[in-house]
Amino acid sequence: MTRGLIGASLAALALAGCATTGAADKDDGERIRIASDPFPSTYQPYPGAPIVITGVTILDGEGGRINNGQVFLADGKIQAVGQTVAAPAGAQVIDGAGKYVTPGIIDVHSHLGDYPSPSVEAHEDGNEATGPSRPEVWAEHSVWPNDPGFSRALANGGVTALQILPGSANLFGGRSVTLKNVPARTMQGMKFPGAPYGLKMACGENPKRVYGEKGGPATRMGNIAVTRQTWINAKAYKRKWDKYEAEGGDVPEQDLAMDTLKGVLEGKILVHNHCYRADEMANMIDLSKEAGYRIGTFHHAVESYKIADILAREGICSAMWADWYGFKMEAYDAIRENIAFVDRAGACAIVHSDDANGIQRLNQEAAKAMAAGRRAGLPITEEYAWKWLSMNPAKAMGIFDQTGSLKPGKNADVVLWNGNPFSTYTRPERVWIDGALMYDANNPRIRPVSDFELGQPGEGDVK
Amino acid sequence: MIRRSLQLLAATAAVVALAAPASAQTIAITGGTVALGDGSAPIQSGTVVIRDGRVVAAGQGVAVPAGAQVVNAAGKWVTPGIIAGFSRLGLADVDAVAGANDQSSDGPFSAALDIAPAINPNAAPVAINRAEGVTRAIVAPSTGKSIFAGQGALIDTGADGQPVTRGRLFQYVELGEQGAETSGGSRASAHALLRNALREARQVAGGTAGGRSESGRSSEDPREDPVVANPNENRTYEARRNQDVLLTRFDAVALVPVVQGRQLLLVHAERASDLRQVIALKREFPRMRLAIVGADEGWTVASELAASGIPVIASALTSLPNSFESLGSTHSNIGRMRAAGVKVSIGTINDDEQRMAFRARWYAGNLVGLSRLPGASGLSWGEALAAITSAPAEAMGLGGDVGSLRPGRRGDLVIWSGDPLDHLSAAEAVYIDGVQQPLETRQTKLRDRYRTLDRGVLPEAYRR
Repeated sequence: MTRGLIGASLAALALAGCATTGAADKDDGERIRIASDPFPSTYQPYPGAPIVITGVTILDGEGGRINNGQVFLADGKIQAVGQTVAAPAGAQVIDGAGKYVTPGIIDVHSHLGDYPSPSVEAHEDGNEATGPSRPEVWAEHSVWPNDPGFSRALANGGVTALQILPGSANLFGGRSVTLKNVPARTMQGMKFPGAPYGLKMACGENPKRVYGEKGGPATRMGNIAVTRQTWINAKAYKRKWDKYEAEGGDVPEQDLAMDTLKGVLEGKILVHNHCYRADEMANMIDLSKEAGYRIGTFHHAVESYKIADILAREGICSAMWADWYGFKMEAYDAIRENIAFVDRAGACAIVHSDDANGIQRLNQEAAKAMAAGRRAGLPITEEYAWKWLSMNPAKAMGIFDQTGSLKPGKNADVVLWNGNPFSTYTRPERVWIDGALMYDANNPRIRPVSDFELGQPGEGDVK
Repeated sequence: MIRRSLQLLAATAAVVALAAPASAQTIAITGGTVALGDGSAPIQSGTVVIRDGRVVAAGQGVAVPAGAQVVNAAGKWVTPGIIAGFSRLGLADVDAVAGANDQSSDGPFSAALDIAPAINPNAAPVAINRAEGVTRAIVAPSTGKSIFAGQGALIDTGADGQPVTRGRLFQYVELGEQGAETSGGSRASAHALLRNALREARQVAGGTAGGRSESGRSSEDPREDPVVANPNENRTYEARRNQDVLLTRFDAVALVPVVQGRQLLLVHAERASDLRQVIALKREFPRMRLAIVGADEGWTVASELAASGIPVIASALTSLPNSFESLGSTHSNIGRMRAAGVKVSIGTINDDEQRMAFRARWYAGNLVGLSRLPGASGLSWGEALAAITSAPAEAMGLGGDVGSLRPGRRGDLVIWSGDPLDHLSAAEAVYIDGVQQPLETRQTKLRDRYRTLDRGVLPEAYRR
């Protein structure tokens, strides 16, 4: 009985994959409109108290630095940053001598929740590897809020926001979701209010490896052909809806996959393109111009240094590792200076993790990249390098108006480090999200323990 | 200025590459902050003397011998070369390319496999790790169809094309989740296979090894009671064995040195209960020499591990319940084990062990930082350096040969631009067996080719 039901729903799902009338709202009793936000954020900032941090080294995330400065947080926002700030008498004062304050780290490339810990098969929810083009899937529907990885990224890494991307098995992997790194019972409770969606695309080895024996594409030329054809279909779909919205008439059939691509063509959804090799990135740039969309960020981008001038000219960000190399052919030409060289060319450089461990030390990854750049003769300062960790990823994710730097009026997403955050010897001491204290190294009560960890060895322990 | 020193380094490297091995030379490295790698704190303005490829003396007030080549390391740090405590360095150039990856085998043999002939000193990761100050690596094969992966080696990362320092150094066995999976799906099966294999080995050896005789008699026939000096030799070919064996004869013979305690058995296990089972093996097979790699939950049984005397090579920064055998993971694992008296060192198990051994020094630095965190346990600076130099060497029984700047050890050392456990520092000179090594890699050559993107008279491919 149960089995029969499951079979029936699977069949229905298979049909739904092609065309369906899904969530649609009536508008003014006239036109049908496609719901743009059917899974809305329910995130509410947690309460915070007015706080002044004094005597601290401030890296503001936009390249500014204040030694022995002060930061004032209240009402969930950054109120003031300066050598001295005016703060009310009741504000809690934290002595920051010998410590650093930075904006919270933002990871533009994470699979937390979609590939959670423990990494067992039952948890593998990051690749809808059942067809090379699956833009209809949304990473948010795979997010398991109980992934202990979120708390490690918070407590060890000072990560306050992160983008969860579907994996790179597919040419079109689906929509990303941006999360606040707060514990919550539901994905919606973590969802970053107002953050635009992203589309994960991939080129290169992964799609051809996964689909080479599943009907293709099996080659890079196959990858490009399927990608181009999909955009051609998307443009036709967009034309139908544009005509309907302008002139009315028969309601076009809604297609979840095409909805996402239509959003990209309209500039509402940002493109995050997994692509390692310089020559492939150049192909994708030409392809994007043909199709009529803009690539926001190349992810993994290990060869960006070879075409940093092109990326600067096109205004495309590169999300990169500091030292990953050699695990596959398209990672064979990685160099330590990649991030620094991309930055030097005037292109947008981002340090990303793509890794549940790496996300806990993105500050140290930036340190490696900064050190490599300095050894290559580039005078990169700490305050400048922090842009790779907060401002640039926030821009790439479309949330820089809200977070990513320590400017008055922005969300108080802030980390107090117990030393220089570019040092291996340093850890976050406190982390605030929207002015609420979410982690405190000195207080074991301010240390999230996910449902999964309850009753397990080391519950509530330092991690 | 920085560029000039880079060019100088490149020039030095080129000279070294051309020169014959200068191992007979006496070298004195003077004026640097010297860390011996034995757990002690760094020494200001120390001198290290190497003669004939071995350390003669290191410390403060060490005299420079007449005629020595003097290297001024003032303002620099000098340490023993980093030893990759657990790696698969040299076994894969590109992991995802089958032909360039020799980590594991699905062939008929397991324990008999000797990883030494598979090691490629020209694989790109070897040079990349050498340039980062990794001078030696403990290299283990990965398991294929058996819980036994074969025999690992200690290698050096030198540019002389002769990587193997000690072949057949240890036998590697999986006894956690992976061991259960390869042996049919349960840990019970893995343990039965292990015991069956050891019993096989004991019988092959004539029942005299491993502490107890199976047959109760000792044969005069050398074919039945062989002394196996080299497990790869075939003199035991006609030894009698039972009918229900699951091991090839070649594999059984390879395990003889393990049951005789002449070859280390390196066991991978993570879960507390698995670690207790490994400790129990030592009671069951008292002559067997054991070491553990992994031990994510080691801190929960730290006193038992310490009492057993079994050395542990652990990953420094596991913090996630990545699997059900690692639910208790914490960065404090190594610090807590160390505090309990476990002989612990750092390796890169399940952590890009083919390529990323160079990260060990930063991992060690993180453990120093951890000692400043309330509720956490880290290491002192000296202990942290020891955890990536002398401690892994001692776990392998080779502390007398490598891993520190104590007199008599091999002349493996690194001159660093600053504190080697921090990101801002880099290896500026690397010596292996007293021979200065080239630090050029594919990566540095790519860096130099793409240092400028200006269009030249000829394409990029002509820049070298």
